[in-house]
Order: sequence, then structure tokens, then C-alpha cells
Amino acid sequence: MSTTGTTATVPRPRPGFTPASAFRIAGPTTGAAGALILLSIYNAFFTTNFLTLATLRVNLTQVSTIVLVAVGMTFVIATGGIDLSVGSLMAISGAIAPLIFLSHQWPLGSDWIAVPVAIVVAILVTGLFGLFNGVLVTRFEIQPIVATLVLFLGGRGIAKALLHGELRHFKEPHFDYIGTGRPFGIPVQVLLMLIVVAVAAWAMRSTSFGRYVLATGGNENAARLAGVPVNRIRLVVYAISGLLAGLAGLIVISLNSSTDPNLVGINMELNAIAAAAVGGTVLTGGRATVVGTLVGAVLVHQLRYTLISHGVADGTTRMVTAAAILGAVLLQQARRGGD
Amino acid sequence: MAATAPVVANRPSPRWMLLLQQQGATFALIAVAILGLARYGENFRSSFNIWEMLRNNTYYGLIALGMTFVIMTGGIDLSVGAVAALAAVTAARLSPHGIWVGTLGAIGIGILVGLINGTIIARFKVQPFIVTLAMLLGCRGAALNLSHNANVSVDFRSGFIDIGQRNIGPVPLPVIITVVAYILGSILFNFTRFGRHLLAIGGGEEASRLAGLPVDRTKVVVYAISGACAGLAGAILASLAYTGSPNFAIGWELSAIAAVIVGGTLLTGGRGSVGTTLSGVLLLGLIFNELNFERAKGTFELTQYWEEIIRGAFLLLVVLLQARLSRSQRTNRM
Repeated sequence: MSTTGTTATVPRPRPGFTPASAFRIAGPTTGAAGALILLSIYNAFFTTNFLTLATLRVNLTQVSTIVLVAVGMTFVIATGGIDLSVGSLMAISGAIAPLIFLSHQWPLGSDWIAVPVAIVVAILVTGLFGLFNGVLVTRFEIQPIVATLVLFLGGRGIAKALLHGELRHFKEPHFDYIGTGRPFGIPVQVLLMLIVVAVAAWAMRSTSFGRYVLATGGNENAARLAGVPVNRIRLVVYAISGLLAGLAGLIVISLNSSTDPNLVGINMELNAIAAAAVGGTVLTGGRATVVGTLVGAVLVHQLRYTLISHGVADGTTRMVTAAAILGAVLLQQARRGGD
Repeated sequence: MAATAPVVANRPSPRWMLLLQQQGATFALIAVAILGLARYGENFRSSFNIWEMLRNNTYYGLIALGMTFVIMTGGIDLSVGAVAALAAVTAARLSPHGIWVGTLGAIGIGILVGLINGTIIARFKVQPFIVTLAMLLGCRGAALNLSHNANVSVDFRSGFIDIGQRNIGPVPLPVIITVVAYILGSILFNFTRFGRHLLAIGGGEEASRLAGLPVDRTKVVVYAISGACAGLAGAILASLAYTGSPNFAIGWELSAIAAVIVGGTLLTGGRGSVGTTLSGVLLLGLIFNELNFERAKGTFELTQYWEEIIRGAFLLLVVLLQARLSRSQRTNRM
């Protein structure tokens, strides 16, 4: 199924794992990874307390929600789509879970039932909303940016209506575990992040699902002709994005022991897209790297951390971050030979 | 933006469908206005209600106007909300020097951002989406710096607040400015070579380039127009709020896109009209105005959070209708 004039590189089965193939896989991420290493070296010398376990833990904790959402976004972008609704979906799952475990009604009286039910229901609901995005994109053939704009606008309203627009505090030790628990000294959300990244990277690279995703984004018509179930793939990626956004929303509210429908997940769509773009995922689809997204998210976050810990003003920090994102995309463009 | 889907040679859609797709927002606007007149009587048609509603929609109107031009070329401008905030802070800082300096300063900073957007997009062929997204971040940062992380109050005595608050006869000045902007936009779109280039580029960039159209220059100008509109909106916003805040106008870029879509401009580019965007803005504004009246009548208990849900649902409705109406005409995917 070779097609001319597209950026689609349908991955072929690799003969074996060699240094050369490793470089090829890491290709689009090399720049971001190099920048991350340089920045880390700089921080190791010039930023006080950078090389401590506490710093690492705090930074990984802060970046984990962005990574979770950005992994879902990477799949969506790989099919040539975009998901603007993730931040609002985080607010929705952040509203639903407390409503369930704070209700204290039968059969939800005991924590051991209420908390798991709350988690599962909240994530499932956002997964369904993701599926709704997917239906708009596939069944009704609406452009992804418009289709997900619907829930971007309406979703936060749903979250606010559920909580009457108010910040709500809660005390629920079992639920707080997913934000504050530390098995083996590693924060739970960091573990979740690593698991999700590992599974997603494997799925993108080594399963037929991953190849279908890339084929769909590379050249949809060619993929369809080659027998790829294009519509089903696109449905699934939007659902994945919704599920991961729901999980991220739960982590945010359990970290804060409170939920604020006005703030949970705000600007998350931008952060997630930026992480994917910096990591080397091509925004027109067809080429994506999950590990790159992880690197991109950590790089953007560490850049911000570096500037703030050196006392740079918040405004300047944002401007530098913006310039870095632009620079990364320009580099990516230059490598592709300007198309 | 891959335009790979083949054009399915369907029979041309009937005239009325085309009319509905292009002018649907105007029809709906008229219907909603008649409903309001019939149902809410005196208070609804009071000049206070009408002019205040229009005044409060001027900044959406201006931003959506610029966005329409960008979208016609197949692009998108996510930076407009942040530009409006940056311009509001700039205007507030310049407000002691009077109405002209404050307003022109705000417009100037908008144009500057637009030129940067347009140049990067046209010269380096980076997707508009990611460029303007980065610019969103950058402008918020610049606004924070310029305001020293606090609200900047507007000078009351210099006359700057006239830009948003003055009335000429019964008509608020910002409404007049917006109407003039739309008239100029319509002329630019309908009667100049630049206007024809817009649709040509949105319809097929490569073909336009081959036909010798100044694609890059047109794009730069389009983003500059969008920046100028957002800048003007920021000045009006600062004058109405008496302050310039770096936290103004969050999420407005997407509300503006929604208004443009409701107006019937296709996000794929190559089709659109300035006038129907105004219909889209007014339609959304009028619907929320009437919801307020309905709430006052006590018909239903409607908290304000429902506004956002209704906005989303309404966008969904419009998008689904358009998908039906333009299925045979669509050629692009994203």
C-alpha cells in the first residue's frame, strides 16, 4: 500500500533491535531528548536542590496529569484529529466522583464500595463523552476541531451544573490515595503515568491497532482501501482520549482534596497538544511517538520549573515556553524539508 | 492540511439548501427576535435592553470578524483572546494619554502579534493551529509582564473610557465602531481583489499559488486583520471594565470560532461571508438575552452554568445541520 506524496510511513515489521533502528525510532524525539538532557545538566549545576529525590517527585507528580492527557491526545493527533474537549472532560470526571462518594446512600455507604464505584463511573462517563466526540467525527463527518469544540464549551458547563458552580472540599482518605499515595516511595500517579506510557508506546509501535492509527492519519483513503477499519479506529482513539482525561481529572481533585469545576483541567488541551508537538508527533497525523510525548511534556515542564526556580517572572516564563514550543515545531518543519 | 478526500460528484444540492446553509443564522436571528418581541414586550424592546445587549456583544463581534477572514483562508487564530487581554492591559497603561493613544496602542499591539503569526505561518509553513496556540501562551505572558501580575486601572479623566462607554444619541460608540468595521470588512471581502484571493486560497492553496496569487502576503494581512480586531476589542473591554487584566477574555478564541461556525462559514475555508458572522454573533447574544427574560418570568429555574451547556448544545445543533446540508459540497477533512 505504498502511496506517493504523503508523509505516511506505515511501519514495517522490524528485523531486530539495533542501535540504528533505535535512532530511527527516536528520530523525531532526538531534539527534545537532547534539549531535556542539556537542561537537566544545567539544572544539576546551577539550580539548588535540583538533584534531590523530593524535587524529582514533585516534578513528576506535577507533570503526570499532563502526560496522561497528552498520551490520549497523541493517539488522536496520530489519526489526523485533535481533541479540544480534554480539559472539560477532566472537570466532568472531577465533578462526578465526589458526587458519588459523598452521597453516602445505600449501597454506597461504605468506602470500599463507594470509592471504586466513583472512580469507575467517572472514568466511564468521560470515556462515553470521548466516544460521542468520535461519533461526531466519524458518523457525521464533522471536523475534529469543531466536533470537540462542542464539549469544550458545553462540558465545563455540565461540570459546573453538577456542582452548582462551587468549589467543594472533601475528606476521603481512600480516594485521596490516587493523588497522595506512595507505594515503594513512588507517587501513585507517577506509577499510573509510567504504566499508561509503556502500554501506549507498545500499542502504537507493536500492535496492528497502532499501525492502523498511523495509517489512518497518514492517508485515510489509502488506509481505507487497504482494509483498515478507519472509522472504528477513530472512534477508539477519541474514547481513549476521554478515558485518560477522566483519569487525569480524578488525580487532580484527589491531589487537592477538593474539586473546582471552574479550574480543573483548564488549558489542559493546550498543554497536551504542546507536549505532543514538542515531542515530535506531527500535527497533521501519520507520525506519532508516545515516548516523545512523555519527553515533550517533561521538557516543557522542566523548562518552566527552571525559570521559576531562578526567580524569572511568571509572564516571562510563559513567553519563553511559547518560544520554545514554536522553536521545536520550526525545527521539526526544517527536518521535513519544509514540505 | 491534507485535502485528500475525492470530490464525490453528487447532484448539486437544491437552491434552498444552499440558502439555508448560508443564511440560516440570519433566518434564525429574525425568528428569535420576533419571538422576543412577542413574548417579553415592553422591557425587551426598550432601547436600554437593545443597546446594552449590542454593546456587550461588540467585542465578540469584532473578534469573530477577524476570525472570519482567517478561517476563509483555511487557517485559524487561537491567539485572539490572549491578544485582547494584552491589548486591554496596553490600553489601560496608555489610558492617561487619552482615547486615541490608548485605542491605537491596543490596535497596534494586536497588529504586531498578527504580523508575527502571519509571517511564521506563511514563511515557514507551520500549521496556524500550533503557531497561534504558542502565541496564546506568549501573549498571556506578555500581558502578565506588562501588568506586573495585577489589574491595571484605567484613567477616568483622560477620556479613554469613551471608547466603550460613550453614547452618540442613543447608540453606544462601540456599536457604531463595530458596525463600521463590519461594513469595511464586507467591502474588503466583496469588492476587492484581496477578498477574492481569500476564498481562492481557502479553496485550494496550491492552485492559488500556481495561478500567481500572492498567497503569503494575503495570509500575513489576514492574521494582521485578526490581531487588529482583537486589539480593538481589548480596548473596548478595558474601557467597559475600567481595568486591563491579563486574565481577561480566557477562552474567547473558541467562542468566536463558534460564532463564525454558527454564521455558516465553513472551517475548511473557501467559503464564508462577513455578514452572516454578524448574524451568528447576534443570534448567540440574543438567545442569552432572552434566556435572562425567561428566567425573570420564572418559567424555569436556570442557573447561569446552563448557559455554557446551551452554548455547546446550540453549536452541536448547528454543526449537525451543516453537516447534513453541506455533505455533498465538502471536500476537506480537517
